Amino acid sequence: MKGLTCLSAMLVGSLLISAPAIADPQSDSDDVRAFFQKRFSNITLEDYADGAYALNENARMQWEEIEEFPPYEDAVDEGMVLFETPFANGKSYASCFPNGGIGIKQDYPKYDIETQQVITVEFAINQCRTSNGETALPYGQGELAYVSAYMASTSRENLINVVIPDDDGALAAYEAGKKMFYERKGQLNLACATCHISIAGGQLRAEITSPALGHTTHFPAFRFGWDDIGTLQKRYAGCNKQVRAKPFALQSEEYRNLEYFHTFMANGLPLNGPGSRK
Amino acid sequence: MKKLTQLITAILLLPLLLSTAHADSVSEGKEISFDRKKGNCLACHVMDDGELAGLIGPPLIMMKVRFPERAVLRAQIWDATVRNPATSMPPYGKHRMLTEEEIDKVVDYLYTL
Ligand code: HEC
Ligand code: HEC
Repeated sequence: MKGLTCLSAMLVGSLLISAPAIADPQSDSDDVRAFFQKRFSNITLEDYADGAYALNENARMQWEEIEEFPPYEDAVDEGMVLFETPFANGKSYASCFPNGGIGIKQDYPKYDIETQQVITVEFAINQCRTSNGETALPYGQGELAYVSAYMASTSRENLINVVIPDDDGALAAYEAGKKMFYERKGQLNLACATCHISIAGGQLRAEITSPALGHTTHFPAFRFGWDDIGTLQKRYAGCNKQVRAKPFALQSEEYRNLEYFHTFMANGLPLNGPGSRK
Repeated sequence: MKKLTQLITAILLLPLLLSTAHADSVSEGKEISFDRKKGNCLACHVMDDGELAGLIGPPLIMMKVRFPERAVLRAQIWDATVRNPATSMPPYGKHRMLTEEEIDKVVDYLYTL
């Protein structure tokens, strides 16, 4: 019997690890959802937005207590001030985004067919700055993360709606992100998918690994380990380092493609950022 | 005569020496297994008196009964993907996370569990 369980785990594992040759984002996303639905039959799709806390009652209660006095509140306030302060040329962030930048996070990352690249919110914030004669800001934490946190806060409850246009470049970007997600890396030889799909919900030391499906809903997020609010890609770099793999530069093409794939799978989930995590 | 006594003492002491060597290897094996920068086996396995153990892999108990063949146990640590390509267990030997001697010590230690 044990042998049988092992075997089926192997089969499921290999099913998820080997990516099919033809890009079909919708069926990828259906597969991941079906896998999780079977694994955690007692939680709803929306629940995934709460990460590991959806799976553990104890951790959830501690987290809810923290959220009563959200540790990211100052960052959101500061982000709003930064967002509304005009650049030296008199323009502001609002001029760079649809709807003045309010309530739009659910549409990111976007694929820009003209420049053939994935545009995340953070990437767009710096594009906005440099096109208005301002210097680019560091991508992991600090002012850029605050602006992003404010923009996320205006988009709460909106449903993630990442679009993959019918364009070879867009599909290739999605595929590259997918490959990165399933590829084993580093000295520890682990893929994002190993920890956040295959063994998601399992206990690694004292941590419960969260299901990938709800990863992108709540960033930027405050982490006590960072003692600040930080971006999704800062976490990517952290997870790469954890397996002793060399992280990519934040907002590199590689990480933007990863974020594109990673967020597409969460389509339809409500945004609840910024969030707080242990 | 003196030489003979020495020789006899040496022969008598030999098993003792060997067993302290083994005890060293077992305690080093334990250290390597628990060390977060080395084996970090506790990340995934309940074992011995290790604290904050993870629950990703099976508890490492009764190793002698379950792994009568040393080579099989060693191979699991050297590269777990041979037995299970989808495993989450890192390939300690293949990816040189541990040296061959360190793996031997870990195996010596595992056989005491
Ligand atoms: C060794 C296992 C491991 C690997 C491999 C790994 N992670 Fe993680 N990851 C963790 C742990 C542990 C945490 C903290 C607990 C949790 O999941 O929320 C975490 C957290 C995260 C979070 C934050 C989740 C949240 O709710 O705030 C994201 C996002 C994430 N990982 C993405 C990735 C991506 C993308 C990759 C691959 C580039 C990856 N991880 C690889 C173990 C791993
Ligand atoms: C990131 C997770 C992880 C780490 C770290 C890890 N293992 Fe494992 N281990 C597993 C999993 C999962 C299995 C189940 C079988 C498989 O997937 O290969 C396993 C199986 C085993 C087995 C076979 C047990 C059985 O009953 O079949 C042994 C022995 C073992 N591990 C020893 C170790 C040792 C020794 C270390 C540290 C040097 C270690 N493991 C580190 C995940 C891990």
